[in-house]
Amino acid sequence: MSLEVLWFVLIAVLWVGFFFLEGFDFGVGILQLFLGKSERERGTYIYTISPHWDGNEVWLLTAGGAIFAAFPSWYATLFSALYLPFVILLLALIIRGVCFEIRHRANLSKFRFVCDIALALGSFFPALLTGVAMANLAIGIPIENGNFTGTFFDLVKPYALLGGLLGFSLFLTNGALFLTLKIEGELQERARRFSKIAIALSVTLFAIVTILIREHSAICLIPLILISIAGLLVFRGYLKTAFILVALCTACSVAALFYSMFPNVLVSSISPDHNLTIWNAASSAYTLKLMSIAAAIFVPIVLAYQIWSYYVFRKRISPRSVNIEA
Amino acid sequence: MDDFLFLSRLQFTITTVYHFLFVPLTIGLGLFIAIWETAAYKSGNSEDERISRFWGRLFLLNFAAGVVTGIVQEFQFGMNWSEYSRFVGDVFGVPLAIEALLAFFIESTFLGLWIFGRNILPRGVHLACIWLVFAASCVSAFWILVANSFMQNPVGYVFNNGRAEMTDFLALITNPYFLHQFPHVISASLCTGAFFVLGISAWKMSHGSKDANLFEKTFKLALFLGLIGTVAVIFSGHLQGQSVARLQPMKLAAMEDLKKTADPASLSILPGVEIPAMLSFMIYNKPSGEVKGMEELQKAFEYRYGSGDYVPPVWISYFSFRIMVGCSLVMLFFIFYGIFRLVYLKRNLHKKMSMLMAIGISLPYLANTAGWLIAETGRQPWIVYGLMPTDKAVSIGVSSNSVIFSMTAFSIVYIILAIIIFLLMRREIYRGCVEKKITRKNTVITV
Repeated sequence: MSLEVLWFVLIAVLWVGFFFLEGFDFGVGILQLFLGKSERERGTYIYTISPHWDGNEVWLLTAGGAIFAAFPSWYATLFSALYLPFVILLLALIIRGVCFEIRHRANLSKFRFVCDIALALGSFFPALLTGVAMANLAIGIPIENGNFTGTFFDLVKPYALLGGLLGFSLFLTNGALFLTLKIEGELQERARRFSKIAIALSVTLFAIVTILIREHSAICLIPLILISIAGLLVFRGYLKTAFILVALCTACSVAALFYSMFPNVLVSSISPDHNLTIWNAASSAYTLKLMSIAAAIFVPIVLAYQIWSYYVFRKRISPRSVNIEA
Repeated sequence: MDDFLFLSRLQFTITTVYHFLFVPLTIGLGLFIAIWETAAYKSGNSEDERISRFWGRLFLLNFAAGVVTGIVQEFQFGMNWSEYSRFVGDVFGVPLAIEALLAFFIESTFLGLWIFGRNILPRGVHLACIWLVFAASCVSAFWILVANSFMQNPVGYVFNNGRAEMTDFLALITNPYFLHQFPHVISASLCTGAFFVLGISAWKMSHGSKDANLFEKTFKLALFLGLIGTVAVIFSGHLQGQSVARLQPMKLAAMEDLKKTADPASLSILPGVEIPAMLSFMIYNKPSGEVKGMEELQKAFEYRYGSGDYVPPVWISYFSFRIMVGCSLVMLFFIFYGIFRLVYLKRNLHKKMSMLMAIGISLPYLANTAGWLIAETGRQPWIVYGLMPTDKAVSIGVSSNSVIFSMTAFSIVYIILAIIIFLLMRREIYRGCVEKKITRKNTVITV
């Protein structure tokens, strides 16, 4: 396997990490507002991800950094082409991140309620926009000689919005299932009831997207199959297994998307001559080799301590076990 | 196009200067808290733990603002500076990616463990978490300064395939510009942390709060760290000035508003006030030596790169330099005064002096910002010194209106953020180290 292909795969892996981890993270961020009926309940939902959200978000930063280092032209074109969506994404992430920290700092219930709303919005927009961005990767955007020639409206075509919706529903499903595993009592019950709705929505959207994709290679069917099985399991009450299957489905969706793009990294909707590929967008062999060594050493270490941190906070929580006095 | 360039530069200034308001405190206060937690760990004293929790709450507010504004940094090169990213990504992207992999993951994961693991983790492990957070913030500074140093003094690359390609990673991380810049930034961060603690402690001590004795302890540690930091920042700044004289003579000439080459060159204190031969002395450690002026350097640049204006905006460099040096001297005075009064005379601060100390928190912030303005405007008109002009670096497919939108949106959010963080910090400071007793049993998570 050449280094270009290796880095294409590694970047796909980073996106899988992002979509899985931030998946339930964003999902919980949105759901707390609707499932939690009081300030304390919302706080309890939020505390399931408080120790983890920042570490999860770094997957996005690392994916961005890895694209920059391994495929500079991809980074340059992608982020300038999706300028406005990324501005909204960044603003949402700023507001969301701050809310986690300031929410419990003041004993004003109005202040906390505003924070909860901001946190939900700050989770909703990234959930939607990353899906839109991924769909745009799949269908291509108007680029010529590496530069974007379209407008904002070229990025929000129906198909891309469908991708956004799909991402959003997957995040909700992921979040609801995560909550059923992390919380106990009445709050868990509510999350369990909601996970049925969320997964039904996800299965429907996956079915529609799979039908719309013209080229039917087997790999595009795997996510649909996985999410359908997960749906059955949710209704039967096997929530842990369902959570794992939804995670696998996320991974396979990203894998299928990258597989269908290969060897392109950005498809030009103007002409295939303007496609960015892993060959014409890649860094030099020296840089790729260096980055490979860094990744080989540090990715396993990162995985180890992140998994450990989830293990540390494995205990289920309930409103009684959370102290949110400021 | 000029509009777009101006707007993109302005936005970069806003987002980056704002981000760097939080970074030095994360490093400096991080060290302070790590030391204090270690003391609390050894003594097992609940008082020490209360102190570290108080500073920890302030640290977290600052940290949150630093993290979220840092996300913008990772993406804005691609968003507004796509031609730059394409041209230098092979070199410049690497430290950024390594920073995320090495520093951000550790910082974020172990900070989460430190905040929420206090009652869960073994005490030693919990202590290790804050040290890891501090170490990772230094590692983060390391890589981002490696990246910045490449822009200041490109090394370890060749020009190939129409772009800069890395050939020597070791040269990149031993860039002489970097070797001088890193200690300067770290010691400046130490000063920021120390003056933050000094100012708040002084204010609490003089306002007769119940826990004044606790703040006297932190005041003393901060004096010690501040002494190291201030002396180190001045000394490393001096060395960096000498290095700039070698690597970027134009930046130095702009800092001194030196139009004509002079030997010996005099140092300007303020416009019109000069010390003869002092500039030569500072650069060469002897009272003579030629320092090139902007006119001669402009000609040399024209000869090498063709016609154009190669003089950076002089007034920014000139006044920023005086603000930076002025602040550091006042900081040094504060430290000596504090040591004289508390350690030698063993008496408390005057009430007026403690108010001044509280206002003095702004000194390192002014100096930090001024320092970056010198470093970044002094390198203009280059984005990569001598390699790529700034006006060739901006994105092509983005409209000015988009940047106006993003800049306005970022500015509004940043202003609101600053107000909230300020008010919440003030609230914590008023409350001090006093803590409510936690009555609820089987509490897993306390903040």
